[in-house]
Amino acid sequence: MRIVIDLNRCQGYAQCVPLAPTVLKLNGEEALTYDPNPDDSLRQQVLRAAASCPVQAILVERLDEKREKS
Amino acid sequence: MKTATLVADLVTEFKTNGRIVIVGASLAGLRAAEALRDEGFNGKLTIIGDEKHEPYDRPPLSKQVLKGWVRADHTLLPRTRKVDAEWQLGVAATSLDRSSKQVRLANGDQVPFDRLLIATGTRARPWFNPKEAALEGVITLRTSDEAAQLQAALAAKPGRVLIVGAGFIGSEIASVCRDLGLAVTVAERAEAPLVGALGGVIGDIAAELQRDHGVDLRTGISVEALEGDAKGHVRRARLSDGTMLDVDVVVASLGSIRNTEWLEGAGLATGRWGVACDAGCRVFDVNGVVTDSIFVAGDIARAPHVLYEYQFLALEHWDNAVFGGRVAAHNMVSLESDRRPHLPLPAFWSGQFGVNIKGVGVGPFADEIVITQGSVKERRFAAAYGRRGRIVAAVTFNHGKWLEYYGAMIERSAPFPPPPPGYDQVGDMKPMPARFPLPGVPTGLPDVVLTGHDPIDRGAEYRPQKR
Repeated sequence: MRIVIDLNRCQGYAQCVPLAPTVLKLNGEEALTYDPNPDDSLRQQVLRAAASCPVQAILVERLDEKREKS
Repeated sequence: MKTATLVADLVTEFKTNGRIVIVGASLAGLRAAEALRDEGFNGKLTIIGDEKHEPYDRPPLSKQVLKGWVRADHTLLPRTRKVDAEWQLGVAATSLDRSSKQVRLANGDQVPFDRLLIATGTRARPWFNPKEAALEGVITLRTSDEAAQLQAALAAKPGRVLIVGAGFIGSEIASVCRDLGLAVTVAERAEAPLVGALGGVIGDIAAELQRDHGVDLRTGISVEALEGDAKGHVRRARLSDGTMLDVDVVVASLGSIRNTEWLEGAGLATGRWGVACDAGCRVFDVNGVVTDSIFVAGDIARAPHVLYEYQFLALEHWDNAVFGGRVAAHNMVSLESDRRPHLPLPAFWSGQFGVNIKGVGVGPFADEIVITQGSVKERRFAAAYGRRGRIVAAVTFNHGKWLEYYGAMIERSAPFPPPPPGYDQVGDMKPMPARFPLPGVPTGLPDVVLTGHDPIDRGAEYRPQKR
């Protein structure tokens, strides 16, 4: 799966980190670093992390989901 | 039939049967393509990119990827929608014929268009000596292929890495080298790292940060020559102070070159600082006349900015590609009265040595700086930049939450020094000279450049500040 994080918008609240700890990590106090193309098995974790972001900085590609449904 | 109806019909016809070509398949090109479809463009869309990869994100390349955590080919950008485009990847555009409205490709193909978006971005400035640049172990970093190459070189545990140029990319690479436990020397011609973008006051703090993390930082030093071994692998570097350094990897992080060469002869306002356009992303021709059918977005665009005395601003920032691409797309399929301006407040981030450095505005426009919040010693602080009593930029180290506060003041040209928010104030708020370098130091070139008032490149040169 594919994600991108708008790190201009990210304010380092880091609420996302514990929800998908293998995908999102803090480097120091507030520099977020992440795996842009994590394994599909982590989708639920990543979606929860994205939903938890107070500034909605995490963009998750939803095309796969739509394909599954249609 | 009224003229207005006729024109509206034309737009509908264009949205149904028009042909749009986007040259450049990176962030700006992709987001523009998605926006075109969102805007209801159902015609033929062609996306041309010189790299064989589909659009990928570049910021992770100098961080997660080099560290070995994320593979270089695993930074593909998420799509916000299907774009239903014809992708021509791995083939560069080589020229533009405006009279026949065609883009010529390196494979000889001609691609006709009704409207064109230029989004060819920049490339890494190569090492100045081609023979030395060809040595194994001499690397630049811009593309995912280059990142793969550098990551492999770092993973091979080189004895010492030499980084030439301490801008953001060079500093981030140095940070990764230290994370990997590698010995690293950073050679910077200017007085400190990051001075081009942030000035000498912040540069001094960045220098301390590097040295505290074990970087062998040498400022006021250039690298004059590289030497290889019998197998053609780089082994030694000669510095301007006469020092010979044993090195196994050399990273040339000397800034970027704008990919405008393919537009030569097209009669557009192109040059060293990119492609000049109006605030709506419409490209100017060489006479300063705005074109109707050619648009530009991303790193290669330069447009007059209301906040900075209407100087043409060249902006190599991530969100400039996103928003510029979207505005260009909107304006490509909209009538005059619906067109929007792209007037970004420049914003960037850089993660290095465990510190989140973020900024807004145009630092090099400033003459003064003041630390407004936090503690420089703890490397958690905010600072504001001012020019003639107005705030024009701000930077934070591990204090990013406050950036919005300063951004809002920059947007309304509020007085400098700014009133600090009621938290974490610095006792003695004393403005001091921001100490931006004079132009002419290649590595001192920031990734945000005010390029003068002339749409044509003749006069588009960096203007030194009056001191």
